[in-house]
Amino acid sequence: MINRVFLTVFHIVSVILFFSLPVYASDISLHGFLQTNYSLNTVASNPDGGDFKWAEERLQLKLDANKYPFHIFIKTDAFYDHIDRKADLELREGYLDYSAAKWDARIGRQVITWGLGDLIFINDVFPKDYEAFFSGRPMEYLKKGVDGAKIGVYPGFVSLELVAIPFFEPNNFPDSKRFWMYDPMPMITNREEKEPTTNLENTEIAIRAYRDVAGFDASLYYYRGFFRQPWMMPDDPMMPTKLTLFYPELSIYGASLQGRALYGVLSFEAGYYDSRQDRKGTDPMLPNSQTRFLIGYQRQIWEDLTLGLQYYVEYMHNYSAYVNNLPSGFPKDRKYHDLTSVRLTQLLVHQTMRLSFFAFYSPSVGDYLLNPEVKYNFTDHIWAAIGANIFGGGSQASQFGQFAKDDNAYVQVRYEF
Amino acid sequence: MRRFLVFLVMILLPLKVFALTPDEIMKKSQAAFLYQGKDFKARVMMKLISKGGQERVRELTMLRKNFGESGGDQKYFIYFFQPADVKDMTFMVYKYPKKDDDRWLFVPAINMVRRIAAQDKRSSFVGSDFTYEDISGRDIEDDTHAISKEEKIGNRDCYVIKSTPKAADVDYSYKLSWIDKTNFLPLKEEYYDRKGELYKVFTADEIKDIKGFPTATKRTMKNLQSGHRTEVTFSKTDYNIGIEDSLFSERYLKQPPKKWIE
Repeated sequence: MINRVFLTVFHIVSVILFFSLPVYASDISLHGFLQTNYSLNTVASNPDGGDFKWAEERLQLKLDANKYPFHIFIKTDAFYDHIDRKADLELREGYLDYSAAKWDARIGRQVITWGLGDLIFINDVFPKDYEAFFSGRPMEYLKKGVDGAKIGVYPGFVSLELVAIPFFEPNNFPDSKRFWMYDPMPMITNREEKEPTTNLENTEIAIRAYRDVAGFDASLYYYRGFFRQPWMMPDDPMMPTKLTLFYPELSIYGASLQGRALYGVLSFEAGYYDSRQDRKGTDPMLPNSQTRFLIGYQRQIWEDLTLGLQYYVEYMHNYSAYVNNLPSGFPKDRKYHDLTSVRLTQLLVHQTMRLSFFAFYSPSVGDYLLNPEVKYNFTDHIWAAIGANIFGGGSQASQFGQFAKDDNAYVQVRYEF
Repeated sequence: MRRFLVFLVMILLPLKVFALTPDEIMKKSQAAFLYQGKDFKARVMMKLISKGGQERVRELTMLRKNFGESGGDQKYFIYFFQPADVKDMTFMVYKYPKKDDDRWLFVPAINMVRRIAAQDKRSSFVGSDFTYEDISGRDIEDDTHAISKEEKIGNRDCYVIKSTPKAADVDYSYKLSWIDKTNFLPLKEEYYDRKGELYKVFTADEIKDIKGFPTATKRTMKNLQSGHRTEVTFSKTDYNIGIEDSLFSERYLKQPPKKWIE
C-alpha cells in the first residue's frame, strides 16, 4: 500500500519535474526501450494451468537531468501482462543526486549492488526479484530498487557508502500460480504476510568501506536489518490453523577482496549472518546464524571467450540446537550447503553475438539450474535473446530441485533508443 | 694525413652518434602517438563497417592520464554514448607496460562495478578491428625492431620499421610501421600473418596540430582477409586539461562527471 501511494506521488512529482526542468536544467536526455518478453513452459503447465511463465510488452523511459551539482534520474516502466491481463506502471528508479568534492548523496528509489558474486549474494543485502530471474526476464530485473538514502564519503584513504532504508522491501519469489514450488505446510491456506513496520528503529542500515590494498579491491560491509526471505510462524505449533509470514531480524558483518591473480581475476567474499532473534539456534521457526563464503575466478580463455567459476558454502552455527528442536516431518537443512557455478561467455561477429552458458550445481544437495542463452544485436538499436532455464536434481524441497517442473524457454526482443 | 683523418672522423661521427636506432625510433613514436601531454581527451566515433557496407557505431569519450615517463603507467577512463544498449557504461583501465592491465566495467542497469579479466591485449576493443594494444600501446620490448627501409608517404619522409614479436602467441608474425621522420607519428602499419601475407592495415588519415601536439584525428584499421574495417574520428581533442587522479575511481565510474565526458 505504501508502495502504491509512493509510486503515485512519485509519478506526479516526476511529471511536474519533467515539465519544469527545461527551465532549470542545463542538460536533459530521454532514452528507453520497447520490449517484448515471453517465457513458455517446456515440461509442465503452471499450477493454474497456464502455459507461460511470463508474457508481456514493456516500455521503459529513462529521464536524465543535470545541473551541477544536482542530477535527477527517473526510470519508469509501463507494461501489459498477458498472463494476469493487466496493464501497470512501475517506477524502477527515481532519485536525486547531489555531488560535492569529498562526498555525495543520492535520495529516492535506487538500485544498489555490492559484493563480488555472480548471482550469489553475501553482502549484496538489497532486494532481488527471483521470479524475474527464473522466468527468463533480462538480468537487470533481478535487482529491485530500494527507497532510501545513500551517502558517499571520499576522504582519500578510504571510500564509504552509507545507506539508510526506511521502507522495507522483501525479495520477490515466484508466484505459486505460475511456479511449482515446495511448501512445507500446504494444507494451511490461511496466511498473513507481516512486513517490518516503518519506523526509525526498523530503518535498515548498510555500510560499505572500500579501498585498494596492494592492487586488490578490498571492501568491508555491515548491515543491520531483516532477512528478505519470509519465514513461517504457525499460530499453534501442534495444530496450526494460520501461518504468519514474517522477516526475521538480521545483521551481517562481511568482507571481500578482488584482484588480478593466476592469469585472471580472483575474488573472495565472506559474511557472518547474525540471526538476532535466534542466536542460540533453538527456535526452529527462526533461521540460525550462518557464515557464508565465496571464492570466484574469472579468466579469458581466448579472444572473446571468458570462463567464470565460483564455489560458495553456507555453514549453519548451533546446528545441534537446530536439529534437536526441529519438529518431525520438517525437511532438515544441512549444516553445510554448498553451491558451484560455471559461466562461459563467447562473443562473436564483432561482439554483436553472445553465446552464454550459466550453471549452478550444489554438490551437497545435488540440484542444479542451467541457463543457456544466445543474444544477437541485429542493429545498434535492436537485439533479441533466446534462452532456457532448466531446473532439477536434489529433492522437492531443495533450492533448485523444487522447480523441476518449471523448465522454460524464453525470448526477449528489445528496441532501444 | 692527420688533417684528413680528423675530417674523416668529423664526417663519420655524426652518423654514429646521431643516427637513431630502430628501438629509439619506436620509443619516440610511442611517445608521440600515445603519451603526448600530461593528459588527453577525445570524443571518439568508431564506425565498424562490414564487407557488405553495414555500419555499426561505437561512440565514446576517452580520457587518459600519464603516470610517470613515456612508456610508463597510464590510466584510461572511457564513457560510452552509443550504441543504445551500452549507453552510460564506463570502462576504466590501469595500464602497466610490464604486466597485465587492471580493467573495471560499470554496468548502469544494475549499478554494478566489476573487474574484468584482461589477459589478452590483442583482443578486439568493443568489437572493432582495433585491439586493446592498438588503443593503449604495446610494450616496445615485446618486439625486436629493425629499420627495413626509408620511404615517403605522400610528401612525408618516413622510417619503415619491421617489428617482430618475441613471443609466439601473437596474431601477427611481423609488422611494418611507417614512422614520420619529423613528428614520429605512425602514418601506416601493415600486419603480416603467420603465412607472411598482409592481413591488417592501419592508416593515419588526418593529422591535426592540437596545442602543439601533432595528433592523428582520423585513423582506419582494415582487415584485408574479412573485408571488415573500422574508421575512427577524434573530435573535441585536447591535452593538458588537468584531469584529477581521483577521476580514475569507482566513485566516478558510477557517476562520470559531465565536465569530462561531454
